[in-house]
Amino acid sequence: MTDTLSVWQLVEMARHQDRPYFGDYVSRLVPDFVELHGDRLSADDPALVAGIGTWHGRTAVFMGNQKGRTLSERLHRNWGMMHPEGYRKAIRLAHQAAKFGFPIVCLVDTPGAYPGAGAEERGIAAAIAGAIMEWFTIPVPVVACIIGEGGSGGALGLAVADRVLMMENSIYSVASPEAAASIVWRDNARKVEAAEQLQITSRDLLAMGVVEEVIPEPSGGAHTDYDAAARALDEALLRAVQPLLEEDTQLLLERRYERYRYIDSLIGAAEHFGPKVSAKALAE
Amino acid sequence: MGADAWLALLADPGSWQERWSDIRPHDLLDWKRPKPYEDMIEAAREEGLNEAVRTGLARIGERPAWLGVFDFRFVGGTLSIVAGERLARGLEAAAASGVPYLLVTASGGARMQEGVLALMQLAKVNGAVGRLHVSRTPFFSVLTDPTFGGVSASLALMADVNIAEPGAAIGFTGARVIKQATYADLPKGFQSAEFQLTHGQVDMVVPRTELRRRLIHLLELYR
Repeated sequence: MTDTLSVWQLVEMARHQDRPYFGDYVSRLVPDFVELHGDRLSADDPALVAGIGTWHGRTAVFMGNQKGRTLSERLHRNWGMMHPEGYRKAIRLAHQAAKFGFPIVCLVDTPGAYPGAGAEERGIAAAIAGAIMEWFTIPVPVVACIIGEGGSGGALGLAVADRVLMMENSIYSVASPEAAASIVWRDNARKVEAAEQLQITSRDLLAMGVVEEVIPEPSGGAHTDYDAAARALDEALLRAVQPLLEEDTQLLLERRYERYRYIDSLIGAAEHFGPKVSAKALAE
Repeated sequence: MGADAWLALLADPGSWQERWSDIRPHDLLDWKRPKPYEDMIEAAREEGLNEAVRTGLARIGERPAWLGVFDFRFVGGTLSIVAGERLARGLEAAAASGVPYLLVTASGGARMQEGVLALMQLAKVNGAVGRLHVSRTPFFSVLTDPTFGGVSASLALMADVNIAEPGAAIGFTGARVIKQATYADLPKGFQSAEFQLTHGQVDMVVPRTELRRRLIHLLELYR
């Protein structure tokens, strides 16, 4: 599939209105899913659905962006763009998962955090920053998968994990192609050129070492067969989580740290930097 | 104000020891339009600039401090792989030694020309900030104009004490983009340092002329 489509066609596929959303996957993977609401500070963010349920015989926490398909649903879900309350809810439930030893699965599908005045007034930057920092301390397996769009820091706030996977026709980018075009050309109409240069396809990210696995979608894309897409996602998630459940907690957190600390090493950055410098050596 | 000027303002004369200035950016994504990334790097280097973050050890009021100083003149102070690497190494060194860490930001956010690897720097540096906190090492952040995007959403606001410069624009999404996206009328002073003080994001707004004295006092209190 990925071979025959242009980068922009892939962007459109990742944003396809019939593409399976978090709710479509969770209903298939976790039939007894119970949604939990609220950040315990001020609000509940409907752009992030989070909860708990039985997954392959054990309790797990699932959370993910829900975009909404009808106009009213989209307005309610804010097109999957989270406010600060969404990141605070995510971290509340991450701590709860840690309390009970439940693994966490995050399904990311957002163009980015909400670019609005209210989000700024309530501290969206610190909410995302705090979430990114906090994920490093959650002592249970965390696996993230980009199921549609993974846009900017808003996506990363849900994707600091032990393993990060991508559905084949999804995208993951430093900024949406429109935002990147607006930044480098001051013209978001250059979005196609921006998308081509940004290297945002699942194949690009696998090559860079930013994701561990690309999950093949049914021919024609995930939207043509929800059941098959959900089965493929389920198998890949289980494959990723299972070995992590065996791992010593300290080692798990150490490896999560190192995953990001040296994430740019595969593309050749390490050669430019020279050998890794250990913190201990620096202190001397 | 560039990194050199900040160092001259904050550090004791002659105390600055720069580290890892030899690691340099590379055009890993083969970025060509509208301007080749390689040309941007080269142009900045010809101006005598060495990446968007410089890091090293200095003394402030005779107390040692690790510094990470952004330079907006280098591709808008954008967070790149090299910037992230220098920040992470400095944060790790501060955590290992217990020497306080001082950050001075000026950045438009993550560097587009390094793609998703620039985004990954947010996680790289915030992992290191977490370790700095666990090590009980003091962390002070000076937010200057502008501080946005991937820098405000990573380490900039995670300090023990966040200090903003008067009038500095600080936020996640820039006002221009917010207006485009939501057609909202933004109030006067939206995202200013004073706005962020009112909204609980910074501890204090301190003019440049008083900054060094304030930092010396804080280093004394958090010893």
